[in-house]
Amino acid sequence: MIGLFKVKEKQKEEAKNTNTRGGGGALVKKQSAGELRLHKDITELNLPKSCKISFPNGKNDLMNFEVTIKPDEGYYKSGKFVFTFQVSAVYPHEAPKVKCKTKVYHPNIDLEGNVCLNILREDWKPVLNINTVIYGLFHLFTEPNHEDPLNHDAAAVLRDNPKLFETNVKRAMGGGYVGEIAFPRCM
Amino acid sequence: MADLDVPQSKSRDLDKLLLRPGNLVGPDFDPGTELRDDMREYVRILVVGAGGLGCELLKDLALSGFSNLDVIDMDRIEVTNLNRQFLFRLEDVGKPKAEVAAKRVMERVSGVKIVPHFSRIEDKEIEFYNDFSIIALGLDSIEARRYINGVACGFLEYDEDDTPRRETMKPMVDGGTEGFKGHARVIVPGVTPCFECTIWLFPPQVKFPLCTLAETPRNAAHCIEYAHLIKWPEVHGGKSFDPDEPEHMKWVYDEAIKRAELFGIPGVTYSLTQGVVKNIIPAIASTNAIISAACTLETLKIVSGCSKTLANYLTYNGGEGLHTKVTEFVRDKECLVCGPGILIELDTSITLQKFIEMLEEHPKLLLSKASVKHGKNSLYMQAPPVLEEMHRPNLSKPLYDLMGRVQKDTIHVFGTALKNEEKQSSLTKLRVVFKGADGVADMDTAIGA
Repeated sequence: MIGLFKVKEKQKEEAKNTNTRGGGGALVKKQSAGELRLHKDITELNLPKSCKISFPNGKNDLMNFEVTIKPDEGYYKSGKFVFTFQVSAVYPHEAPKVKCKTKVYHPNIDLEGNVCLNILREDWKPVLNINTVIYGLFHLFTEPNHEDPLNHDAAAVLRDNPKLFETNVKRAMGGGYVGEIAFPRCM
Repeated sequence: MADLDVPQSKSRDLDKLLLRPGNLVGPDFDPGTELRDDMREYVRILVVGAGGLGCELLKDLALSGFSNLDVIDMDRIEVTNLNRQFLFRLEDVGKPKAEVAAKRVMERVSGVKIVPHFSRIEDKEIEFYNDFSIIALGLDSIEARRYINGVACGFLEYDEDDTPRRETMKPMVDGGTEGFKGHARVIVPGVTPCFECTIWLFPPQVKFPLCTLAETPRNAAHCIEYAHLIKWPEVHGGKSFDPDEPEHMKWVYDEAIKRAELFGIPGVTYSLTQGVVKNIIPAIASTNAIISAACTLETLKIVSGCSKTLANYLTYNGGEGLHTKVTEFVRDKECLVCGPGILIELDTSITLQKFIEMLEEHPKLLLSKASVKHGKNSLYMQAPPVLEEMHRPNLSKPLYDLMGRVQKDTIHVFGTALKNEEKQSSLTKLRVVFKGADGVADMDTAIGA
């Protein structure tokens, strides 16, 4: 391609003198392929009424958003839980980073907001999308699971004494203590 | 022999390749001293990354007849680099890699000019990349490769009949190593598959389930990831973990040791901690040398035509015995990054609303409920309602204005398309050209001539 490179270098020299600009496109900031896929995911969301998505940084930052889940059945009915989503430029090669912003008494979510959901880590695949993740999170509230605990105490109570677990969840969501730990009201 | 009559360069071997005709040469090969001299004068190569591969690439390119090189890297030299990043010395620790690498090669190879850029690749203007004839990649992340690939493919233009225009191609030569394994590939946008066409080649990173880390650690890596992912945020709250901060790393290491003792797990060391947390795979100097040599050779071949280029992906495995293989991957014709997309001619007066309605009727698209994205700007999103509302004011504006009044550019549209009587989710690239928009058309014909 040497001939071509030579012509282009010479043209560049000339262009420097006459100060012409090349075709369009260069003025627009480059988007990542991950961003494009994410935008598509977002327009195709098909969420149950109990899940809402919001964009605290406005329409120019869709890579960081929040999802609010209000379970309509199960232990967590009438609670309100906010999750933050951080999507990287390598999406969907890498799963979104999801944290639970609401402090919650839950076997699969620890008190720092880490979430144990297989598709967020070991079972993530690029064919999955934001919709599947939100459904996964929703599912954690309708069917909390004591076999994959992040909060052992909660998991042990759920396994050994579901009645007490139910009481604890109600107390936590109402803004009370479970053992030594205070929970903010989230109903 | 022709080489007796011409002034010899200091690289005799190179002269044997460049000054004599041959049977295995590429179609445009035109041997002679002019070729050799033009390579020095007119070819500008950007080396992306000044690490293990980057050091080798700079040295190899400088010794292969290229004199105008640039190198870009955002990192500073660390002690652990010194075993293989051979351009660096102990006293260089802490200095920018790009600057030291450029200086060392210029000291050793006379007549070579290397411009260093101590910068993130994303921080450079897009036009910066257009200045180079070829981009050589010595990177260790998919993210950075994807970025450069997007930039390089962004320069590619197509004719009305979807033929890629040769003068807009920005070839890339990509090297990568992991321990005893490596690859070298040639990417000529529009001709060979781009990075995005074959993104599926990369296996996803192994991530341990959080509950395993929290509950049932079984090996040293589990203990380290526990300290890194669970214990750190628990203790430090909002303060984020910085893998380049030795104190942070030491803290994670200490916590990992405690965890390992609790569960009776052996094998947590400081270097393993670094490896797991920063996802480091041990680098082997000779793998870098082999891969860099292959990349440099391909660069030389693309530029001079002295041989046909690699088609198009070489893998090297020096782990058990030695195995190399070349695989010819094929382009994804509908690739959103390097594919031609669909050409659409529009009036400058068309509003976004009318444009979206038009996509529904367009025979190649039949796209209903389209959302529209131009570079980083989304022009319209059909859903969710909160975003639809934010974008709604755009609908009544002319698309030409929304796209910054350029004569032509690429946009992406997505929605539901009718394919073979079936509704499918679709994401398509469009090449929009505005009829009668003035100013910029002259330049294109000048290059085409």
